[in-house]
Amino acid sequence: MSSAVNMAGSAWSEDRARAAIAPHAAAPGGLLPALHALQAEFGFVPKPAIALLAHAFNLSRAEVFGVASFYHDFRLDGPAGRHVLKLCRAEACQAVGAERVAAAAHATLKLGWSETSSDGAWTLEPIYCLGLCASGPSAMLDGEPVGRLDEVKLAELIAQAAP
Amino acid sequence: MTIRARLSHDTASVALGGKAVARALREAGVEIVPVGSRGMFWLEPFLEVQTASGWRAFGPVAATDVPGILEAVRVAGTHPLSPGRIEDHPFLEAQMRLTFARCGSVDPASLQDYETAGGLAGLKRAIEIGPKAIREEILASGLRGRGGAGFPAGIKWNGAAEAPGDVKYVVCNADEGDSGTYADRMLMEGDPFLLIEGMAIAAVATGSTRGFIYIRSEYPLAIAAMRRAIAVAEDTGLLGASILGSAFAFDLEVRVGAGSYVCGEETALLESIEGRRGQVRAKPPLPVHAGLFGKPTVINNVLTFAAAPTVLTQGAGFYRDLGVGRSRGTMPIQLAGDIKHGGLFETPFGVTLGELVNDIGGGTASGRPIRAVQVGGPLGAYFPPSLFDTPFDYEAFTAKGGLIGHGGIVVFNDTVDMAHQARFAMEFCAVESCGKCTPCRIGSVRGTETIDRLLKGPDKAAQMALLRDLCDTMKSGSLCALGGFVPYPVLSAIDHFPEDFVAR
Ligand SMILES: Cc1cc2nc3c(=O)[nH]c(=O)nc-3n(C[C@H](O)[C@H](O)[C@H](O)COP(=O)(O)O)c2cc1C
Ligand code: SF4
Ligand code: FES
Repeated sequence: MSSAVNMAGSAWSEDRARAAIAPHAAAPGGLLPALHALQAEFGFVPKPAIALLAHAFNLSRAEVFGVASFYHDFRLDGPAGRHVLKLCRAEACQAVGAERVAAAAHATLKLGWSETSSDGAWTLEPIYCLGLCASGPSAMLDGEPVGRLDEVKLAELIAQAAP
Repeated sequence: MTIRARLSHDTASVALGGKAVARALREAGVEIVPVGSRGMFWLEPFLEVQTASGWRAFGPVAATDVPGILEAVRVAGTHPLSPGRIEDHPFLEAQMRLTFARCGSVDPASLQDYETAGGLAGLKRAIEIGPKAIREEILASGLRGRGGAGFPAGIKWNGAAEAPGDVKYVVCNADEGDSGTYADRMLMEGDPFLLIEGMAIAAVATGSTRGFIYIRSEYPLAIAAMRRAIAVAEDTGLLGASILGSAFAFDLEVRVGAGSYVCGEETALLESIEGRRGQVRAKPPLPVHAGLFGKPTVINNVLTFAAAPTVLTQGAGFYRDLGVGRSRGTMPIQLAGDIKHGGLFETPFGVTLGELVNDIGGGTASGRPIRAVQVGGPLGAYFPPSLFDTPFDYEAFTAKGGLIGHGGIVVFNDTVDMAHQARFAMEFCAVESCGKCTPCRIGSVRGTETIDRLLKGPDKAAQMALLRDLCDTMKSGSLCALGGFVPYPVLSAIDHFPEDFVAR
């Protein structure tokens, strides 16, 4: 069991993992809510949690892993950076310059899609539509929606974020 | 005296600085009622201040505008950010708002506001007339599913009602993954009780006692708004063992998606609620016979359920008399991309694409000429301006090789590279494919590679033939519309904009 401290969440603890899973274990189809709860607790879905889930839901570990890995939201390899910038890559945002904003983000953060910087400060992720299509280019920074983004506004956001 | 103001708390308003505006208003001692959006996104953050002579509108408001606005209100003077009385605004006046009638003017957390503004009348009538009469009314209204496929809602509800079984489910598809669409989000954030009422009507009509709303994780504010409204509904007896004091029971729960486009496909969505990989099921059996947890299930889009209360209050005839051909009632159309007046425009079917984009949307925001519009999300066709006379109508769009989908219109100006858009469609399909069938799983990857080779040359004709052949296979061989419809954006781009596909 790892004892490393996760930047975005708290350190692995079997007790807390059990506590995150418990409210969903009896619910029909509770595996997805349980995965969400684990990710909220630890910043990702730690490997030992897979075995706990398998036990709680009476599934094989392979089945649980199959579900967790299917969905783009669940992080299995480790927590995200302290700041997560999700840029919309879908058509309506493309029509108003999303690709220019993305290029600027790649250049400023020196990150490709789905990469986390080595100092753990930033994660850059693609997202396909935030329902902000009439005020694009759109983004989500640490869970907060951002609209009418351009290179200047992006630079400000990055500069203003705590290190 | 405290000044009262309505401030849009829609995701778009928040994304454009709404929270800072709220802070500035609070600091100035203004009492804020957070409301949904009127759907005029060029005016967000949108503010209405109560005055002796009614509400005064302002937008788009920045926090720094607040002192000037309050001064203008105090002295009843003019202000540059005031678009006038909002109900008289041409963008709103030209609409026929049935589903979105209340959005932007009621407090979405207040059931009392909802009822005062005409809410719950549909459910009350539904309880009065009973399951069979509700279904007859919905069927006679001509209401078709607003999620994309346009299947008659009445037939679906009848199927579930008549299916044997004492446990049945009502599921709302709030996955809204299409680019250019946000009506579901707007409705859930701005008028959540309407969705609850619509789902309760469906439950009574079909004999279901339990419902789920599957909302995509990209919509945190919509999730919060729905959960809050459900809690209020439970506390006040709108949901529970005896809805509105009747013999009907209905419980409702929100389930959150996890970032998967294909989970908007109805059977993949059911798999996802069941806690599995969001892979598409082969049909039959149809969900109305064996859906969620193997039980008869009605699954509809947010806007389909949200139309039901109108049908019940105004009558099937009223609804059916709106629209054209077999597309009846109103459609909340969403204008997005490079467009001056991006927003939600609810209108009876039949308005032309050109009217929507040019007259209502005001053309491009950039001022550049329009080159293409994509209608119906990432699986919808790209139309050139020569097809702008196409009326908004399911069959008329099919006839021109397109689809209406969830009613999203995305405008592109003349700088768009259509080969790039075609490639993106294939790539998106590859990223989001559920992997169940070969034409989609492999075809989308091969399609992306083929477009790359086509653009590099030199054997352009051969690559083009290969691509068309591949699209053919995907169209006829895919299990669901993800693989099956991706040829629409790809082939429409090639057919209408061939000049972008020359080798470079
Ligand atoms: C790949 C794919 C994605 C879909 N996404 C959605 C969606 O986000 N929302 C929706 O209501 N329907 C979506 N649909 C359509 C649903 O499968 C289904 O037709 C719809 O939920 C039925 O509800 P309705 O009859 O009220 O439209 C999608 C279909 C496919 C093939
Ligand atoms: S077409 Fe694609 S998404 Fe649909 S079932 Fe086949 S593999 Fe899955
Ligand atoms: S396409 Fe970017 S928010 Fe919808």
